[in-house]
Amino acid sequence: MDLVQLQRQLVEYRTSLYHEGFLDEQFTQLQELQDENNPDFVVEVVSLFFEDSERLLNELTKALEQQSIDFKRVDAHVHQLKGSSSSIGAQRVQKVCIAFRNYCEEQNVEGCLKCLQQVRHEYSLVKTKLESMFQLEQQILSAGGSIPM
Amino acid sequence: MGEPCLLHFFLSFPEKIPGIILLEMAVNGAVTWLRRAGEMDGYGLSASDTEEVHVLAVDDSHVDRKVIERLLKITSCKVTAVDSGRRALQFLGLDDEKEASNGLDGLKVDLIITDYCMPGMTGYELLKKVKESSVFREIPVVIMSSENVITRIDRCLEEGAEDFIVKPVKLSDVKRIIDCMMTDLREGGERRGINKRKLRDDSEDRSSTAPCSPTTTTVDSPTRRLKMTSFEEHVFSNKN
Repeated sequence: MDLVQLQRQLVEYRTSLYHEGFLDEQFTQLQELQDENNPDFVVEVVSLFFEDSERLLNELTKALEQQSIDFKRVDAHVHQLKGSSSSIGAQRVQKVCIAFRNYCEEQNVEGCLKCLQQVRHEYSLVKTKLESMFQLEQQILSAGGSIPM
Repeated sequence: MGEPCLLHFFLSFPEKIPGIILLEMAVNGAVTWLRRAGEMDGYGLSASDTEEVHVLAVDDSHVDRKVIERLLKITSCKVTAVDSGRRALQFLGLDDEKEASNGLDGLKVDLIITDYCMPGMTGYELLKKVKESSVFREIPVVIMSSENVITRIDRCLEEGAEDFIVKPVKLSDVKRIIDCMMTDLREGGERRGINKRKLRDDSEDRSSTAPCSPTTTTVDSPTRRLKMTSFEEHVFSNKN
């Protein structure tokens, strides 16, 4: 695939991520903070998000496996996940977290377990998509092109 | 952005300029102030450490720390980012083990921007500790939070917070904070001790949109007018 095609593919892919609600304007904000002196800013922030999320999802799984669930603790983890997903614009993950927190407040175990499953799913989706997008960007850069805005 | 207003302000009120101030326009349009020598009312900054605004950013989230650091650097600030209120106090030299020290040469903090919800010490508790300190109470403290709860915002403002940003933090939020901070410094801290809450009842505040317009009154600060307008926007918008 030639450079122009790659660039077109990237723009289309990125647009679809916004269109399908995977990303929101906060992600655009992050992209605007990137420049030639800080070319890896977005990748770095997103990597931190991946690390944080994986840790939190593990904590959530453990917390919800307990005989006697500590909902405050569960809520604290979800709050963190909601925060970091919001900060990078991972909108669908953030939305599930909002529902998740409501179930925590109600101390609804079923609801929490359902949300955990959902948030794992949404996280996995956005992770795959962001990684694909970064790969496309790398291909463009390797071909000597620049990332279209 | 209001730069002509700022220049007009200085020309009209030359007595308001303590010391020598250089105005430099940064490439991205943000106004950057370089202050040299002279005594700045209420801040006592010395020539050695005033080339850049030094911000202490406090947030337990790794992601948010990285973002706020970048936002501040783009706004031409020097940044120290820590992950807890305790570490912030340690950095300031205000932790429990020893008394507040002034001996942090070159490490003077011009602004503290902190998350509200943090394990251990919350941003609110950090705010209180800073405002209780005779050495550090003059440092403006800005609170960030993902929850736009009016009672929380009120609590923070009443405790002396400069402003309240609803997360996720955007570049425009940071630019506004820094610009307003610079305006306050220029006005020489006249508004210290004024109850910010009172101004919320002033409907005139809501109509103002000019960033830093000149004023002849000392009580009704244009920066506060801006803040009230902005945070009320946050409060009334559907952010969650």
